[in-house]
Amino acid sequence: MSVDQQTVRRIAKLARIAVTDDDVPHLQGELNAILAFVEQLGEVDVDGVEPMTSVTPMAMRMREDAVTDGQKTADILANAPATEDNFFLVPKVVE
Amino acid sequence: MTNLTDLTLAEARDGLASKSFSAVELTQAHQGAIAQAKGLNAFIRETPDQALAMAVAADERIARGEARPLEGLPVGVKDLFCTEGVESTACSTILKGFTPRYESTVTGNLWNAGAVMLGKINCDEFAMGSSNETSAFGPVVSPWRRAGDDTKLVPGGSSGGSAAAVSARLCLAATATDTGGSIRQPAAFTGTVGIKPTYGRCSRWGIVAFASSLDQAGPITKTVRDAAMMLRAMSGHDPKDSTCADMPVPDFEAAVGRGVKGLRIGIPKEYRVEGMSPEIERLWEAGQAWLREAGAEIVEVSLPHTKYALPAYYIVAPAEASSNLARYDGVRYGLRVEGRDVTEMYERTRAAGFGREVKRRIMIGAYVLSAGYYDAYYLRAQKIRTLIKRDFEEVYAAGVDAILTPATPSAAFGIGEKGSADPVEMYLNDIFTVTVNMAGLPGIAVPGGFDAQGLPLGLQLIGRPFDEETLFAAGQVIEDAAGRVAPPPVWWAA
Repeated sequence: MSVDQQTVRRIAKLARIAVTDDDVPHLQGELNAILAFVEQLGEVDVDGVEPMTSVTPMAMRMREDAVTDGQKTADILANAPATEDNFFLVPKVVE
Repeated sequence: MTNLTDLTLAEARDGLASKSFSAVELTQAHQGAIAQAKGLNAFIRETPDQALAMAVAADERIARGEARPLEGLPVGVKDLFCTEGVESTACSTILKGFTPRYESTVTGNLWNAGAVMLGKINCDEFAMGSSNETSAFGPVVSPWRRAGDDTKLVPGGSSGGSAAAVSARLCLAATATDTGGSIRQPAAFTGTVGIKPTYGRCSRWGIVAFASSLDQAGPITKTVRDAAMMLRAMSGHDPKDSTCADMPVPDFEAAVGRGVKGLRIGIPKEYRVEGMSPEIERLWEAGQAWLREAGAEIVEVSLPHTKYALPAYYIVAPAEASSNLARYDGVRYGLRVEGRDVTEMYERTRAAGFGREVKRRIMIGAYVLSAGYYDAYYLRAQKIRTLIKRDFEEVYAAGVDAILTPATPSAAFGIGEKGSADPVEMYLNDIFTVTVNMAGLPGIAVPGGFDAQGLPLGLQLIGRPFDEETLFAAGQVIEDAAGRVAPPPVWWAA
């Protein structure tokens, strides 16, 4: 399978990465090189094989249902590019 | 007195214990070496005040007879680890200025063991790369050069700064991470030792995530013994990472001298890839001979799905990366480029903040997870991952204790030489290491010799899950037989 330029733009949109018209042709070439490389996976017989969900056998652990952390508003906001009154600031979302 | 920066981690520990020198002297010697080595671009952020304060405190503890396992030993930290109050960027423009309010569990474990932090070390952006050329801070230059040739070489990647720093004697040891070979390949390129432990041995908490089902932390060091010391301190259960194994950490250093008598070492025939260089072939044969002479039994084994590991990795890893890196949105931390609306702000921020390789992987990941392609790509890759792991399980069930392979298909290459037109050319560096991550197993790279141009080559040992001890035992046999790698001549001193 290979991708056309329209698909490259769609993927960029899905990934929330702005691309310029100049970016698209070389991205298309690079993505198609990778897709050509993974094509060989099609020759493996995977009938009846379970997909891996955990690389080491481990049971999900339960923990006590208790508050163990919190009251760290200043720490959480410390690295934000824009904040106001203990909130993250973003451009207007609702018209 | 010998040059303090030439000591191994174990020798420095013993020297501090016998009061031959102080932790402050040891730290200052390494700070001096870092100051001379700016041209290598290995350290990107030094923490001199913190280092000296930690060294002073270490000297006091040593004087009181309360030294901990790594007391007063100066180490470097890959910039992928979050360090409290010290900028942590994963070498990406999108995280410039990010100063964590917390410490990663692994680095916290090191400081609790008494280690001294010299600073943060360069790496590929978000650990995506095999040459340390994708860093927003520019490439790391290897301290190694070909005989009679001053072409600048890569130290490997993504932990290229860690490998270069240890090899150039800028720190006694360094932390690193490995998602597809990022500890073992740079170790092999620089004549150092690197171990990726079993998935779950080290906590991933506070390490910038790339591909969560593959990422593991580990050390890069000068010797096998040093790697055992570092890994013991870095490892251990952590309730903050639900994939971190709740099991005791053995005294890895005690396994170092154990030898390989009676062990069965597998040689996987599928690793004899077409076009393998005669030098790599010879290295691999030498490794087999050394282990045989030390009393191990060498047996041929088969791992039939080996050739599918790298292509499957280039589906699984980008898929996980595209999810993990969705958090860089210009809202909570790092870079923000304003736009007309929130979507345009996201898109501009991510376009400006991520480098080319990272964008490529995020986009591949978004594509293989998108509607209509998920089954054909992602689900199929996860099934193949099951088969890769099964290959190893069958070999181990047949009584094999560890597997010996070359660590890389070649020695280090020149900066700018690979992957500019076709990204896959660079990806092929990880052909021998990536299977280990796909199966969650431990793997160690140990120097095994040199190529015709005098560049280091590494051997890889792959172990059973949570049996790093056998890797340290067999790794030491190789180190003893191959001889410790002498440091490269210092040509970079400013």
